[in-house]
Amino acid sequence: MRRFVGFLVNPLAGMGGRVGLGGSDGEQRVAEAHRRGAQPVAPARASRALHRLAARRDVGDLTVAVAPDPMGAELAEASGLRTQPLAVPIGSPTTAADTVAVARAAAAAGVDLLLFAGGDGTAADVLAAVGQSTPLLGIPAGVKMRSGVFAASPEAAGDLAADHLVRLARAPVGEVHPELLVPTEVIDAAPGGGGASTGGGGAAPTGGGGSMQSALVGVALVPRAGDGRLIGPKSSSALGSSSALDALAEAVASELDPDTLYLVGPGTTTARVLAALGLEASTLGVDAVAGGELVGHDVGEQEILGLLDGYPRTKLILGVIGGQGMLLGRGNQQLSPRVLARVSPEDVTILSSADKLVALRPALLRVDVGVEAPFPWLAGYRRVRVAPRRDMLMRVGA
Amino acid sequence: MSMDRPRRYHAAVWDEPLVHEIGHPGRRGVVVPEVEPDVAAVAGDAAELVAPAARRRRPPSLPELSEWEVLRHYLHLSQQTLGMMGISLFGTCTMKYNPALSESLISLPQVREVHPLQHEETMQGLLEIVYRLDLALRELSGMDRFVFQPGGGADAAWLHACITRAYHAARGELAQRNEIVTTIQAHPCNSATAAAAGFKVVTLPLEENGRASLDALRAAVSERTAALMVNNPDDMGIYNPDIAEWVQTVHAAGGLCFYDHANFNGVMGKLRAGELGFDACMFMLHKTFGAPKGNGPAVGAYGCTERLAPYLPGPLVEPVGLDGDLDPSRGGTEDLPGFGRDGVRFRLVEPEAGVGRVREYLGNLPQVLKAYAWVRAMGAEGIDEASDLSVLMSNYVDARLRSIRGVTRSNPEVGAYRMEMCRYSLETLTQETGVRAVDVQNRMTDFGIDAFWLSHEPWIVPEPFTPEVGELWSKEDVDEWIDVLALVCAEAYEHPEVVRTAPHRQVTHRIDTGPLDDPARWATTWRAYRAKHRMP
Amino acid sequence: MAHPYMASALDDQRDEMLALIGAKSVEQLFEQIPPSHRISAPLRLPPQLASEAALRRHLERLLSRTTSSEETLSFLGGGYYRHHVPAICDEITARREWLTSVWGTPSSDQGRFQAWFEFASQLGELLDLDFVGLPVYSWGCAAGHALRMAARMTGRRSVLVPEALDPERRAVIANYCGSPDLEAHLDLATVAWRRDDGRVDLDDLAAKLSSDVAALYVENPNFFGLVEDQVADMVGMVAEAGAELVLGVDPLSLGVLAPPGELGVGLAVGTIQTLGVHLYAGGGAGGFIASRDEERYAREYPTLQVSLCDTIEPGERGFGISLFSQTSYGAREQGNDWTGNSVYMWSIANAAFMAAMGPQGFADVGAAILQRSHHAASRIAELPGVRIRFPKGFFGEIVVDFDGTGRRVADVNDALRSRGIFGGLDLSRAFPELGQSALYCLTELHTAADVERLVTALGEIIAHGEEKGR
Repeated sequence: MRRFVGFLVNPLAGMGGRVGLGGSDGEQRVAEAHRRGAQPVAPARASRALHRLAARRDVGDLTVAVAPDPMGAELAEASGLRTQPLAVPIGSPTTAADTVAVARAAAAAGVDLLLFAGGDGTAADVLAAVGQSTPLLGIPAGVKMRSGVFAASPEAAGDLAADHLVRLARAPVGEVHPELLVPTEVIDAAPGGGGASTGGGGAAPTGGGGSMQSALVGVALVPRAGDGRLIGPKSSSALGSSSALDALAEAVASELDPDTLYLVGPGTTTARVLAALGLEASTLGVDAVAGGELVGHDVGEQEILGLLDGYPRTKLILGVIGGQGMLLGRGNQQLSPRVLARVSPEDVTILSSADKLVALRPALLRVDVGVEAPFPWLAGYRRVRVAPRRDMLMRVGA
Repeated sequence: MSMDRPRRYHAAVWDEPLVHEIGHPGRRGVVVPEVEPDVAAVAGDAAELVAPAARRRRPPSLPELSEWEVLRHYLHLSQQTLGMMGISLFGTCTMKYNPALSESLISLPQVREVHPLQHEETMQGLLEIVYRLDLALRELSGMDRFVFQPGGGADAAWLHACITRAYHAARGELAQRNEIVTTIQAHPCNSATAAAAGFKVVTLPLEENGRASLDALRAAVSERTAALMVNNPDDMGIYNPDIAEWVQTVHAAGGLCFYDHANFNGVMGKLRAGELGFDACMFMLHKTFGAPKGNGPAVGAYGCTERLAPYLPGPLVEPVGLDGDLDPSRGGTEDLPGFGRDGVRFRLVEPEAGVGRVREYLGNLPQVLKAYAWVRAMGAEGIDEASDLSVLMSNYVDARLRSIRGVTRSNPEVGAYRMEMCRYSLETLTQETGVRAVDVQNRMTDFGIDAFWLSHEPWIVPEPFTPEVGELWSKEDVDEWIDVLALVCAEAYEHPEVVRTAPHRQVTHRIDTGPLDDPARWATTWRAYRAKHRMP
Repeated sequence: MAHPYMASALDDQRDEMLALIGAKSVEQLFEQIPPSHRISAPLRLPPQLASEAALRRHLERLLSRTTSSEETLSFLGGGYYRHHVPAICDEITARREWLTSVWGTPSSDQGRFQAWFEFASQLGELLDLDFVGLPVYSWGCAAGHALRMAARMTGRRSVLVPEALDPERRAVIANYCGSPDLEAHLDLATVAWRRDDGRVDLDDLAAKLSSDVAALYVENPNFFGLVEDQVADMVGMVAEAGAELVLGVDPLSLGVLAPPGELGVGLAVGTIQTLGVHLYAGGGAGGFIASRDEERYAREYPTLQVSLCDTIEPGERGFGISLFSQTSYGAREQGNDWTGNSVYMWSIANAAFMAAMGPQGFADVGAAILQRSHHAASRIAELPGVRIRFPKGFFGEIVVDFDGTGRRVADVNDALRSRGIFGGLDLSRAFPELGQSALYCLTELHTAADVERLVTALGEIIAHGEEKGR
């Protein structure tokens, strides 16, 4: 059976890394990277992934829908894969808008999988373009790769893509195959930081130091690794299996006290708790639950403060967002210091897959609610629930 | 120090068919002793002795081979197994020499043909060996009593979980003490057996210095803590200098402390679990004490202090007619007047509050014999020297690996000399060439090097590998191993495809792992394979 | 001079290595261990016996104080049996290639993977089941794991085992069920045996099969050696209750007895010791878990499995570990129970044994065991005051009731031992309702003359009322 893959590379991704810039987002930063002598890195990494894919004889009849140069056409030709051009005009230098346009065109062409090379910004742009209509897989080529959509290496991306296509070929024709895909968080710099991006999405708030001001920008569907493992850059084990997280979510849901207000923070893990209750989560925002009902969907600070008055006790259910241990950050400003001041630290439940915690370097969960001084709330060692009857003890810092 | 040229190794390739695919109907490899006519006459027709509903209807579809065909087939398969025939620095498992004497002694009828439920009077020699090894392990660990029933290291961890239940239940505290604390780098068997025993598992992560912190432990323990299960040093070769404080912290909260001595080789004769305050520990006779490890059978020797001894599984071996225990430095009993004859003998006793059994019978006594033989062959001075050598050679490997491009050491911020093993990362190599640790592992087998160990789950160190030399291998062996690693890493930069598609000189090419977790294609039996591939 | 087990315990090589490391002494390499942690006094161990000759002499003298079941005439069984082990099994398991190193790559340790696969494949044929894991520590451990698998499959927390169960195995299973003080435990209850014929009491089973029951464990033959002829009925009852039936079997019986698959059983366990493994004083123990090749079973295995697969070379076969990530190696405490270094060597002995036996060997050995045990029962029953408690439908083992002789089994066995005979397993403590009974085991190795020797000795002991043997 004929398989069809979309491919694009953000040629500017990763340039900031080796010259001491925290990213390559924004025209100014790209210009600065060029000034400092940066060389393109993404095309070479993308090429490695394509060669790997091309070497996989078990994939069968494969066509790659490619973006115009410099976003991938030449690389795909050189890898020996059969290509089909996507007729999308792109600018020079390329920008985020080009990434979005190419990704949309690939999705419209009906690709089985969209393979892209870049960093967090690219992932955010691709996701913004295609949502969950098309599975995504990232070839790691950026400076920041906190999203879960990236494979461990370019070759691993090639293999994962091939594995997915092989599994797809064996699956019954014409059906949706959710079992082959896993919802995965896409993280990028928090909104509001200013600056346009090149191939990156949204904001470029940080300097070279890697501050933690990142946010969950959406959820992508990513091929599941063959052995059930997550595909992220440092994940290796089966500690983060979906079934363990679902069982945990059910356990948490069954423990809820009917008279208490629960504020459920963003993320795919906390969303499972709402799913276990039969409620729909906003995933990117904060939801409020009481008495088994959704009493607030994607609520803002004022709405939360209003809700707090109506209940004798409020508890918080938080997930760990992305690859850098963000517990509370710029992405969830609804949970402001004013809100947090009214929740006892004992009433905070933290949920995460063990995998995500193990991958943290250092082993630290971060709270950055945007006030000047380090916010002491929650600081110290706290238990994170990773599965039913399984906790990990994590240090929470400012 | 470097090879003139790599060894021109090639694996034996017999292209051996499956046993089901050879032979011919009517052949057989063994003949069952014929039933005498008198016996048959009294008993009657065998088929009539089974109720029709309980009889087998279709004969099993087994191969039909001559004796030589069976023998040759499995000899071919043994030859298609590299194992220790190459050089194996398989870390965390301590590859040891399995002395030929011990391997041959187990074929004596006094070992091989003894039924475990024989009367104790008929097993005195074996029981004495059990007792003598118990004494030696007490001396090495500072514990008060050992049992050999667990069938492996994980089974000893399971026994500890069972004893932890019994201990707290006897105090009426089990319902409250339902948590076992461990660390993310401890062998998975610790947390897994704790969970299987019904405990909640609380895991401590590794922090900046490569270790779980005492502060994290303090935050983890409480009146809910049943036990701590840890190893030390860890697989990165990092020793926890706060371990005595850890034990005190857990004890102060009312919990028990279990020392998983998986990594004992570097500290044999250097420290004792009992002197560090631990309540129990585990030794693997099948690695540290010279019995064969992989393939088993194995023994997880479980030792504990008097406090936990009432909860040990039965049967225990006890001397009768001795005033207290033997002096552990005594030689064999043959030099003890009257021992084993008139006065002193050994009996089997069942502890009253014991956990019963974690496995049927006394344990794998051939392995107990092999471990005892190893302790006697080595003596105190040999054991001490072995731990010296294993730490020395590990640091020698470390010094040489520093010059190999693409290799980095785990926790580079820990500058101290590591213990008997250390974990390294090939992440740099992977990032620069796409060649992964598993590719290097495969390529090294092309030179007769047994696969190195990567890491237990989870991979805290990316693209890991964990060499451990122990005392067995010669410096020449170790140099050859490192030379091959260096050669393969260099090859990864020059000809990555050669490494990525390795092995090239092995029994088979690399397997397609796709079917292994796919219900439609996995086949753990030939009949399943035939059914899934629509073969007759 | 270096010790024979330590190649580089040599001054010159030590100095060379220290020089490259840049350390002054070996002691310096132990810098991580605080001085207060170091051993308080030198090790006191018996003198070193580095000479193999001296060590051999010492060990053989120790061992000489043991009497084997080979030198005597033994009727001990009880779930652990002395059968003939073909010499090729010993030659094959003694091969160095199998020893110690075990996790080579599928390509470099291909032979071992294939041998393991052939163990599972041939056992699957005997069992008439398609999915077989690598062995676990023992039969009891296999039963414990299988009951936990059933509990996970059904989400229920109660298991039934036969009242007539080997006390050793029962104790193992009890530990696998856990403590009611902890949240995740299984309630262990028993199903009675029928007092008239020794089989599982189906009425009692029906009464106990509630909607909380995850599984029923039964053995065939049962602990009394009796063939359960209503397994298929039990399968139906258990299925109706939404539970699983776990059948424990001795695969050596399956040349003549109906295998689990034919009986409609989906999940089976048992011993591997009878397939070419010596007694080794209990060191030959090993267990298997097998099932239908269905995901609901497969996903709950705690063991490693070897699967046949292809390699990247077209037309070439290979073997790999299947479902690794659901084990404790793959998922730590989130995996199924736990796994560890096991008795994989015996699976290679098993593979060679099954290949040597073939279908005819299993048919012959089953018939021989049936005939020899029935012949022995007839002869023993002729003794005054001695009765065969369950006189019909046994396989290999017989419950011999000495109540009518006025003698205790312990005394009879002492007297037999002084005559070089190991009598049957004493059941009087574990099964007081059977009075002074013993479980006598007959295998294909017992001759008619052996039985006559036993009967003669028993006759004398009963007649003469001898004092306790030594």
